[in-house]
Amino acid sequence: MKPEAHNYWRSLEELASTEEFRAYVEDEFPNRTPDWNNPGSRRKFLRLMGASIALAGVTGCTKQPKEVIVPYVRSPEEMVPGKPLFYATAMTFAGLATGVLAESHMGRPTKVEGNPEHPASLGATDAATQASILSLYDPDRSQIITRDGNISGWGDFIAAVSRARDAAGLKKGAGFRILTGTVTSPTLASQIQEFLTAFPQAKWHQYEPCGRHSARAGAVTAFGAPVNTIYRFDRADVIVSLDCDFFSSAMPGSLRYARDYSARRRAAAENSSSVPPRLYIAESTPSLTGGLADHRFRMAAGEVARFASGLSSGAPEVQAIYKDLEAHPGAGIVIPGEHQSPQVHAIAHALNQKLGNAGKTVVYTDPVEAAPVDEIASLAELVKDMRDGAVETLVIFGGNPVYNAPADLNFLDALKKVNLRAHLGLYSDETAAWCHWHVPEAHYLESWSDARAYEGTVSIVQPLILPLYGGRSSHDVINILTNRADQSAYDSVRAYWQAKRPGKDFEDFWQISLHDGVMAGSAFPERTPPPVKPAPPVAAASAAQGLEVVFRPDPSVGDGGMANNAWLQEMPKPQSKMTWNNAVWISPKTAERLGVTTGDVVDIELSGRKVQGPLWIMPGQAEESLTLHFGYGRTRAGRVADGVGFNAYALRSSASLWQAAGATITRKSRGYEFATTQHTQTMEEHDPFRAATYAHFHKEPEFARPEEKQVPKDLSMFPMWNYDQHKWGMSIDLNSCTGCQACTIACQSENNIPVVGKEEVAKGRHMNWLRIDRYFDGQPENPRMYFQPVPCMHCENAPCELVCPVAATVHSTEGLNEMVYNRCVGTRYCSNNCPYKVRRFNFFLYADWDTKSLMGSRNPDVSVRSRGVMEKCTYCVQRINRVKIEGEKQDRPVRDGEIITACQQVCPAEAIVFGDLNDPNSRVAKLKQQHRDYGLLEELNTRPRTTYLARLRNPNPELEKG
Amino acid sequence: MITPHDKSNKQGSLYGIMAEFDDPESLLEAARRARDEGYRAMDAYTPMPVEGLAEAIGFSSNWVQRLVLVAGLCGASGGFLLCWWMTVIAYPHVVAGRPLNSWPAYIPITFETMVLISCITAVVGMLTLNGLPQPYHPVFNVPRFEHASRDKFFLCIEASDSKFDPAATRQFLLDQNPQEVSDVAS
Amino acid sequence: MKTEEPEPASVATLDPGPEKIIGPGHNFGSVTDEIAGVVFRPFTKTPRQLFIGFAFAFLLVNLFLVAVTWLFIRGVSVWGIMIPVAWGFAIVNFVWWIGIGHAGTLISAILLLLKQDWRTSINRFAESMTLFAVACAGMFPILHLGRPWLAYWLLPYPNTMWMWPQPRSPLVWDVFAVSTYATVSLLFWFTGLIPDFATMRDKAGNSTARRIFGTLAMGWRGSAKHWTRYQKAYLLLAGLSTPLVISVHSVVSFDFAVAIVPGWHTTIFPPYFVAGAIYSGFAMVLTLAIPVRRWYHLEDLITMRHIECMSKVMLGTGLIVAYGYGMEAFMSWYSGNEYERYAFLNRMWLGGYWWTYWLLILCNILIPQALWSRKVRMHIPTVFVISLVVNVGMWLERFVIVVTSLSRDFVPSSWGMYYPTVWDWSTYFGTIGLFLSLMFLFIRGLPAISIFEMREVVHHTESTHDHAA
Repeated sequence: MKPEAHNYWRSLEELASTEEFRAYVEDEFPNRTPDWNNPGSRRKFLRLMGASIALAGVTGCTKQPKEVIVPYVRSPEEMVPGKPLFYATAMTFAGLATGVLAESHMGRPTKVEGNPEHPASLGATDAATQASILSLYDPDRSQIITRDGNISGWGDFIAAVSRARDAAGLKKGAGFRILTGTVTSPTLASQIQEFLTAFPQAKWHQYEPCGRHSARAGAVTAFGAPVNTIYRFDRADVIVSLDCDFFSSAMPGSLRYARDYSARRRAAAENSSSVPPRLYIAESTPSLTGGLADHRFRMAAGEVARFASGLSSGAPEVQAIYKDLEAHPGAGIVIPGEHQSPQVHAIAHALNQKLGNAGKTVVYTDPVEAAPVDEIASLAELVKDMRDGAVETLVIFGGNPVYNAPADLNFLDALKKVNLRAHLGLYSDETAAWCHWHVPEAHYLESWSDARAYEGTVSIVQPLILPLYGGRSSHDVINILTNRADQSAYDSVRAYWQAKRPGKDFEDFWQISLHDGVMAGSAFPERTPPPVKPAPPVAAASAAQGLEVVFRPDPSVGDGGMANNAWLQEMPKPQSKMTWNNAVWISPKTAERLGVTTGDVVDIELSGRKVQGPLWIMPGQAEESLTLHFGYGRTRAGRVADGVGFNAYALRSSASLWQAAGATITRKSRGYEFATTQHTQTMEEHDPFRAATYAHFHKEPEFARPEEKQVPKDLSMFPMWNYDQHKWGMSIDLNSCTGCQACTIACQSENNIPVVGKEEVAKGRHMNWLRIDRYFDGQPENPRMYFQPVPCMHCENAPCELVCPVAATVHSTEGLNEMVYNRCVGTRYCSNNCPYKVRRFNFFLYADWDTKSLMGSRNPDVSVRSRGVMEKCTYCVQRINRVKIEGEKQDRPVRDGEIITACQQVCPAEAIVFGDLNDPNSRVAKLKQQHRDYGLLEELNTRPRTTYLARLRNPNPELEKG
Repeated sequence: MITPHDKSNKQGSLYGIMAEFDDPESLLEAARRARDEGYRAMDAYTPMPVEGLAEAIGFSSNWVQRLVLVAGLCGASGGFLLCWWMTVIAYPHVVAGRPLNSWPAYIPITFETMVLISCITAVVGMLTLNGLPQPYHPVFNVPRFEHASRDKFFLCIEASDSKFDPAATRQFLLDQNPQEVSDVAS
Repeated sequence: MKTEEPEPASVATLDPGPEKIIGPGHNFGSVTDEIAGVVFRPFTKTPRQLFIGFAFAFLLVNLFLVAVTWLFIRGVSVWGIMIPVAWGFAIVNFVWWIGIGHAGTLISAILLLLKQDWRTSINRFAESMTLFAVACAGMFPILHLGRPWLAYWLLPYPNTMWMWPQPRSPLVWDVFAVSTYATVSLLFWFTGLIPDFATMRDKAGNSTARRIFGTLAMGWRGSAKHWTRYQKAYLLLAGLSTPLVISVHSVVSFDFAVAIVPGWHTTIFPPYFVAGAIYSGFAMVLTLAIPVRRWYHLEDLITMRHIECMSKVMLGTGLIVAYGYGMEAFMSWYSGNEYERYAFLNRMWLGGYWWTYWLLILCNILIPQALWSRKVRMHIPTVFVISLVVNVGMWLERFVIVVTSLSRDFVPSSWGMYYPTVWDWSTYFGTIGLFLSLMFLFIRGLPAISIFEMREVVHHTESTHDHAA
């Protein structure tokens, strides 16, 4: 065994290094054609690929899993052609579940919606969840089990792993290791436990690149146990965020938090009796939360700890904030950042108890992780053992440590010392390249499993479709280790819960759990807060030379796991509106001091490690602090993500996961070209976005509708059309919108909006029907950040219609501004004449007509546009008609709230409301009655059907003079 | 075939007799005299329009402008009706909140169609009234007639004239001291 | 440059000076021979410059063909257009070419009505220029479509879908205006040619030429009756073309004036577009007439008088255009509309295209003021250069109107810059090549000056002499 293994190990080493091997890998996984951005060659490439993809895609498409899966809709009979069915399932991020309803057309998943009954979703989702449907059909997903890059089979894999396990079995499993991400799945955990009890010497390691490390460590420092903390923004009057971006999807429960918080702001805007919450934030890099904050304190991430301890010790500069907190005992929240030090978490816990928030606005439960461990330590231990040669077999479930493990661990070098490495993953990624075995993983829409939400609720993950590319789930693989290779994931999950719930009613329980997407009563009970240990003192200002580096998961592609998702790549990042890139964020002043500017490519050197990336001057960024985003610089992600951006993990060390001091930058070149969707950062002299303080609003309720912007009803020489049946309209609450971009991607998914690639975006040809404008207001050092979603306004006097020579865009009798694609000849005059510039043009043949598998992801209710045709937001006319037809069938009028546009449905903050303006009791009609309601550019007498509710701020009078 | 070729010395029925002059003035003079003589069926051929020549041979016509007037009216009303019919009857749609019959927007088209139809009528009408294109005409049988498009001026008294008499007419023309007088074979 | 011997047919080739519109010693025959002689010159006797010029122009035509082929293969994406600037060179060139065409109609129609006899020796030339310019212009609206193969959908024709154009759109007005303009210009041009075709027929040496010209002349024999109807028709055409030419560029200006884009939505546009059109048109006539007159020794037919009159027209229309600019600036302030105001500031210095605005002021307003001086008007090279400058300036004007206005309109978030690509330029230069090629072919193959009208001029001048005597 030994010598054999030895040569074998060496031969792979040689292979890997030689040209032939590279070339071989090249055509084995054709994932590395770097120019996905160029539609031309992309298409050419795909035509070649076509056949192989077709096999996988088409065969998979129309088959449902053989097990019984329960449709969500009322009519669980067999499917009606043309009528979508919805199935409840759950998507997990870093192990934590978000309940979703997946829309299935003839057994083909086409859209993901939030599950209203799921506590972490409440019907909303984030952008990444929306985009997951594209990942399902991604032709770049790995499609074959490989052994040393050769095609192999499931049977061989079982044999190989079993052999290794048996070999390890002789030593009670010593040398056999499992590496997973954070596991909340009760079934998977129990399977792993079963394996570990059988092989006590075997070890289970967990590592999540952007997991809740600080939160866990902080809880341990404060309570001695990894308690799980949940925040109740619905009860909070004063919120102090210590660098916590609780609106970003990186924060577990963010959707719930956004919902609760915006509800409070809305309520306060609607009746002056209810108090608006006040949000303070101390942060280094502009975040969504910072955008909505009433007070934003800009400081290096390293300073936040001192700011926090200042609060507890009553430092003068934060007096006002602390007084505010004190004034609202039990109604305040001090929320520490996921990406702050454990210390900050400890201080926050202490503060919350001191202020009596604990148990009221801040509640504690058992950890949702099945086995909460210090994952960094866990990974470090694994690496150490691998380096010492103590690891003979390593099975990696899903993760991609070669790419995202902290750089100081040198994971790859250690990995090379392992005799047998097996990798289960959606993509044949950087880690797969260094593993002997690679097994395609099943997408969550293809596999059975279960998982817990941020507050413990269990959801059963049920598949909608057989694995398109023959993927396997973690359960299948662990079943091999537990000698149950014949047992399917479905059996395992069902068996686990059957054991938990013996008794006759199990079948009902199972059905209901599947149907609802949540397991009744599985949420963890609140725990009475254990006494908090005093937080360790904060070190005095460290005289660290050089710049601070702050690491964050990317606003669009997160930790990089979904990097190959073109929708996410092309999703403008909320703060910078940048696409297809990550960049080094730097503050205007610091850039000036260092004599660098946007587009300069710099080497960032941090404790001996170096990466090269382009600079981006970010207003609101802390001085002397750089922000780097993970998720880019992939080398084996697929055609979309390969070679895009730079890999920030290469600077990360296990000691300082989220922020590090002492970095230096040196310019290498200039003029790097970014692809951004918004070039003007401010509102110049115009006022598309209107904001005021609550106080000012109560004094002058009409502030959003200044006299000079009003036009007399009889301005036109022609009589107005009246819309007697329906009169569709939309209201967007700028006071709620967090700018999270979920609506943009939901719209893309619902309306088959194509991706155009970096070059085209740079030319200003992006296609998103619903864009979110971001304006900076005030000093460039620390400006206010405003977000304004802009769909089509469906003007009653639509300027675009007037100028269309072929009547390709006309008004419907219900007031929709309709686009007739087939009639459009592409003069683009309508776009010129659209004051809102919401029209998008197919300059190229952007829609991918070639890739078979992608066809599966399209919404059959929306036509796919061709070259030379204008397109734009339709208010989801397909949804309107579906509901109207239902209504006619049941011979009843359409009910208010029955028609939900894609953007409205996904919005966690419920900022978007759609409905019939002819129904005075409809929500939208009521919202438009509010004083805050104003139409964008209404002075042009376009009479927009989409209007906005002005933004309101609630500053602390003590802090804001005038 | 519209090429002048020499038939003059061939015997055959006579179309008329033609006199050639050097300058417009003498042609005018001759034409007036011929009319005073009582000749009616005659025509003058000049390399460019000569003022008063038509009156001299007793010709006047204002059909062209009448035709153009009618055409213009048809064009204008046609253009407007087309717009109205397209937007109100054939393809009615709510466009930019305007009424179906947003007549102010139809004025440019109304005007353009008016001009288009009138102009076509003016040219086509002129040619038809002139009997053009005409592949063959006897006057081209006169060898020197090619000068009619260069620098010479011709008066032709036609045989169809009641007062026409080969000898007398020839004599009459010779009296007008022309460059040359020649028979025009038909 | 050295040119070969003047050919025998022509009499004096001396320029008679600014007060004469025709050289001395001309009679009916000599003008006929001199003008027709240009066409009947043996091929080998064609001036060298003409060959060189045509070769160059034809090269550009091929560039055009390549550019258009690529355009059709890839779509309008090969150009620099984007959102918000969805119209780029295509529309700029369209307006520019149409404008150039207008001088021709103006000279042949309006000056005819005004009895400006100096128009005679340049009107045919100018009319042909109109035709070719409109041909170039007419292509752009079709080329710039996203789906050019559906361009015919803009025409009202019965179809199975029973769908019709939308006549509220200025683009449909364009279709009617431009097609009418093209048709009428062609009729005008052809009608003017009929008597000259007859002349050519009768002068033609070989039978092929005689057949061709004979067919075109349709048996014209210069009958007094024909002349009466002919003159009536011609006068009517002139009378109709005059409002037409004004309407056409007004309609073109509606493409902008009807839209709500700040910098487009202006009532001054129709008059100032028409003036601009004539301005650029006369510049182009000069640009072409000056070299041709030299190559073919037509100094005695296209005299200094012509050059000077055209310079004066340029000066006058130039001033109207200047007034237009002034009004735009004034209104943007006087209207008190924030967007109008901003649009103008953007045009002048805020936006990325500020320099184009100042360049156009230089070309269209400052430099042409030199024409106030008679010395300049009489100095051909200077006039030639100024005419070129004005051509450039008027192109810039359209660029500023189309691109600069679009690049920053209402919502700051969607502002953006347009950068022309190599294909934008190739298409533009390609049409210039096409235009020149057609011009060169025309002056070689057809009487570039209206012969029968020149005879009238001779007649008048003679008779005036008689009176003098």
